[in-house]
Amino acid sequence: MIFGIPIQAFAGQLLVGLINGSFYAMLSLGLAIIFGLLRVINFAHGAQYMLGAFIGYLVLAKLGIGYWPALILVPIVVGLFGIVVERLALSRLYEVDPLYGLLFTFGLALVLEGVFRYVYGVSGNPYPVPPALAGGVNLGFMFLPIYRGWIVVASLIVCLGAWLLVEKTKFGSYLRAATENPKLVQAFGVNVPMLLTLTYGLGAGLAGLAGIMAAPVYQVSPLMGSNMIIIVFAVVVVGGMGSILGAILTGYMLGLAEGLTKVFYPEASSIVIFVIMAIVLLIRPAGLFGKDA
Amino acid sequence: MTSAAPLLSVRGLNAWYGESHALHGVDLDIREGETVTLLGRNGVGKTTTLRAIMGLIRKRTGQVTFAGKDLIRMPLHHTARAGIAYVPEERGIFATLTVDENLMLPPVVAKGGMSVNEIFELFPNLKERRNSQGTKLSGGEQQMLAIARILRTGARTILLDEPTEGLAPVIVQRIGELLVELKHRGMTILLVEQNFRFASRVADRFYLMEHGKVLSEFPVGELENRMDELHEVLGV
Repeated sequence: MIFGIPIQAFAGQLLVGLINGSFYAMLSLGLAIIFGLLRVINFAHGAQYMLGAFIGYLVLAKLGIGYWPALILVPIVVGLFGIVVERLALSRLYEVDPLYGLLFTFGLALVLEGVFRYVYGVSGNPYPVPPALAGGVNLGFMFLPIYRGWIVVASLIVCLGAWLLVEKTKFGSYLRAATENPKLVQAFGVNVPMLLTLTYGLGAGLAGLAGIMAAPVYQVSPLMGSNMIIIVFAVVVVGGMGSILGAILTGYMLGLAEGLTKVFYPEASSIVIFVIMAIVLLIRPAGLFGKDA
Repeated sequence: MTSAAPLLSVRGLNAWYGESHALHGVDLDIREGETVTLLGRNGVGKTTTLRAIMGLIRKRTGQVTFAGKDLIRMPLHHTARAGIAYVPEERGIFATLTVDENLMLPPVVAKGGMSVNEIFELFPNLKERRNSQGTKLSGGEQQMLAIARILRTGARTILLDEPTEGLAPVIVQRIGELLVELKHRGMTILLVEQNFRFASRVADRFYLMEHGKVLSEFPVGELENRMDELHEVLGV
């Protein structure tokens, strides 16, 4: 027993929190990268996550392409979709008020969600756990489904990889510098418009990857993105807008906070993240890891 | 050693910040290997001239030709690739990058740039602080870094905006020595500087600017004869 709670229930909710936190971290990471460089609040991020899950579902149902190839294919397809969106529309909005970018991505999210609702309804479609990750492991104090353990490990690898890309590579140094002063970076001879396109594609690809990874855990549904995106925005705000490390760490922390609240005070579990966001905004408006304005 | 044909030629350059008309037909020429200084009071358009040549101000008209290439229609990132580099007045050191990362950021645009070891020989302070965040450097060190990162790229023409602004006399002296060194290496320099005494150590010619256009042009040898004009226009 921990604080009067059976250890199985406690550990189970912690695991749920950690899994949710893994998705929050991966999604908020993409949002933070996009916002940091493009200054676009990407409301289509949830729809791109949903798109990733649906593409995984469709290539399995129609073409027989399974989970493992889909893990490669889906981020590429959603990333390319993001690149097309950025080139055709978002790139035309950089010189005007950022509100236009927000409105465009919000509209895009509604269109994508609407199309999938129209075709597939809202009841959701199952996506099987890949056979290699089926079953579970008895840890003595709890039963750990292997696929859920994989989600935690894979998201840590993705987040670490993205962090290394941004902090330790030439591409990352262009990205960080362009976040500060894009005109000067371009004046050095770096093709910043291309960098913006690739960054949006990378962010969208990360959302797509999170989508296919989520497919066996949640139902593949047109609403799965809009259910997630509000929480993910709260994660980004708490972490600090544009902070990559803040988005990752806050994603896991808030996932765990949500899980623990389900143990101790379940009624508050759906609002705890927003309560934390309000408190953080009052005490530190730039977010836990953001730079003070 | 200078050749006759201008490397950089500017004709009737106009530039706008939004609706504000900042340059009113600037004309100037710089030959290869020359150091030319733009003089003028604050707000007459010296920095704007550099930014408009470089393409950082896109609302511009006129002709800007560099090594036979028309810069007006060129995308900003292609301008640097043509071999022309810009060091801004505010130095443009990136806070989230280390000294090393700041140094390595601009892509190499031509052969003949300095190696990192050569740069660290020229700027030993930077070597000692290569893992520090760029903005943790002193103003003088930041200025050195801003110039150093351009020297690595192989660009042979530098637009240098007020490199001595706000620096201690000993650092100003060091930057003066550096500019002399660059001049001896055959670099072409367009310098914006309010301190004409400082500029006279390196400049071959001066352009005096007022109200967004060039008022007069004279070689360094005429500086002493132009003192009355300089005092009147610069207010010094």
